[in-house]
Amino acid sequence: MRRTFVILVRNPLSVIGLLLIGFVLFVALFADFISPYPEHAGAVVDFLNANRPPSAEYLLGTDGVGRDQLSRIFHAYRIAIVLGVVVLGISVPIGVLIGLLAGYLEGWVEYILMRIVEVFLSIPPLVLALAIMGVLEPTLVNGMIAVTAMWWPWYARLVYNIVRGEKVEGYVLAAEVIGASVPHILFREILPNCLPAIITKMTLDFGFVILIASSLSFLGLGVQAPTPDLGSMVADGTKYLPDIWWLTVFPGLAILIAVFAFNLVGDVLREVLNPDQ
Amino acid sequence: MIVSRVARRLGSTMLVLLGVSLLIFLIARVIPGDPARIALGPRATEEQVIQMREVLHLDQPVIIQYGHFLTELMQGDLGISLYTNRPVMTDIAQFLPATLELVLLAGFFMVALGLPLGVLAARYRGGWPDNLIRVITLLTVSAPAFVWAVVLLLMLSYFLPLFPIAGRIHETISIPTVTGFMVIDTLLAGHWRGFVSALHHLFLPAFALSLSGVGQAARLTRSNMIETYDSPYIEMAQSYGFPERRIARSYALKPSLIPSLTIIGLDFAALLGNAFLVENIFAWPGISRYGVGVILQKDLNAIVGTVMIISATFLIANIIVDVLVTLINPRIRYAERSR
Repeated sequence: MRRTFVILVRNPLSVIGLLLIGFVLFVALFADFISPYPEHAGAVVDFLNANRPPSAEYLLGTDGVGRDQLSRIFHAYRIAIVLGVVVLGISVPIGVLIGLLAGYLEGWVEYILMRIVEVFLSIPPLVLALAIMGVLEPTLVNGMIAVTAMWWPWYARLVYNIVRGEKVEGYVLAAEVIGASVPHILFREILPNCLPAIITKMTLDFGFVILIASSLSFLGLGVQAPTPDLGSMVADGTKYLPDIWWLTVFPGLAILIAVFAFNLVGDVLREVLNPDQ
Repeated sequence: MIVSRVARRLGSTMLVLLGVSLLIFLIARVIPGDPARIALGPRATEEQVIQMREVLHLDQPVIIQYGHFLTELMQGDLGISLYTNRPVMTDIAQFLPATLELVLLAGFFMVALGLPLGVLAARYRGGWPDNLIRVITLLTVSAPAFVWAVVLLLMLSYFLPLFPIAGRIHETISIPTVTGFMVIDTLLAGHWRGFVSALHHLFLPAFALSLSGVGQAARLTRSNMIETYDSPYIEMAQSYGFPERRIARSYALKPSLIPSLTIIGLDFAALLGNAFLVENIFAWPGISRYGVGVILQKDLNAIVGTVMIISATFLIANIIVDVLVTLINPRIRYAERSR
């Protein structure tokens, strides 16, 4: 644990990543205090200042109804972070549990669980989320449901593959021989050995959840106006390309920064925690 | 032996597709409100709605509804789209080729750019080419395809007018539709200028679509190459003093490419989904506009049909990759023969 931390703060890539993550989290937490125009996160109209290019007054310009882009991006980060926490908070435990069960228990449990996982994995991720959003109303909560539904199978498969390798190891056999219960073997013996891979994937996935959620709202199937959202900001801006370029470029850049930050840290973590991969 | 492997894969694929159909059918049934009422609009009379419910089998238990759905699916009938009033099959047949064209070229970019970048990074492991490729590939996977599409469009279509802004072919050229693949249709029509124009229009959207896949393929190939380089038989070749180039080309490359190919097959799924994002920016007349349209209209038949067809396309692509891997991997080839 300590060793991991030391390596993370010594590698320049992960240091940049950690700093960027810190920046995104700080901005998300204190969006109301550091935004130049916090009220612009809502349904404010100021046509006099519509479509202003970036200036000292509006650092990243203003949108079609005169709202400050910088303030809206700060508030959009807040929603992106909440989304990442909720989606991973629900999908990881579900996926891990199913992976553990399917990997350790053989026979029909394994067969049925893994066929279900396969079915979910054979629908392209974004398409599955789109289909779910198609039958639900486009709201933040439903967006979370849709992304969660497409996310858990990846953890189930990851853990399943690790468990299949681990369950023939000596320490598992030893636990079985002395009569340890199945929950004990699953959670106390095998799970700790899956954690490095799970933590690495979660770090990378935090960025990817933000990416997929912004893709959904880019297609008009995510967070609805007037709530600021990076994906829908880009979508709204594409109508005004190329002249009013700041409407698409800055929110796009904001997505890139957030996802890149988690990828940098995740990539270094992968090297440290999973040397064999 | 390849035939038997394909047959077995087809069998398990059919099973998975059956699962997909059940899943998507269940999702479609959660829809709030009465599908018959949504189909007919608010001004339809109560009798019309009841009649529609019978047509859609909504008056029967869910399990029987699924049975009806499956029988119709087997006959290649996905129902009528409530959005376009045409059979869903016809709609998809019209829009899917444009998307597939995009996805196939993007897949080509993924292999043609991703693999060499990965090999390069592995060869200069720890050096500056490796670090540069690492940062670039991390960047390409860190933004959704629509952001790359916007960036490329601004730089290479508006700022430097090298590529067209939208569409599939120059507007003065009209080509009879045969396969729906513009690149193939222009060739069939013997229209050389049209072929060049179609490729020219295809390039930028496909490149934007491929970027994150290129990054993933490169990263994967790098780590596979490095793993292979650590194996004893490469060390042996090195200690015999074989030239580095020969070791890289004849011994390290092939075993490293096999796992990459398998994953690229999986990434094909991501391309199909991400095509939705790129088509939007380039006004590409593919499945995306149709798909998003039917989703916003809550057009159940079309939603179910689109997801089924896209999943089937993805599973077929995976079978093709599996066959390719079998062909180049002697370990599987011989295992199959001794079966």
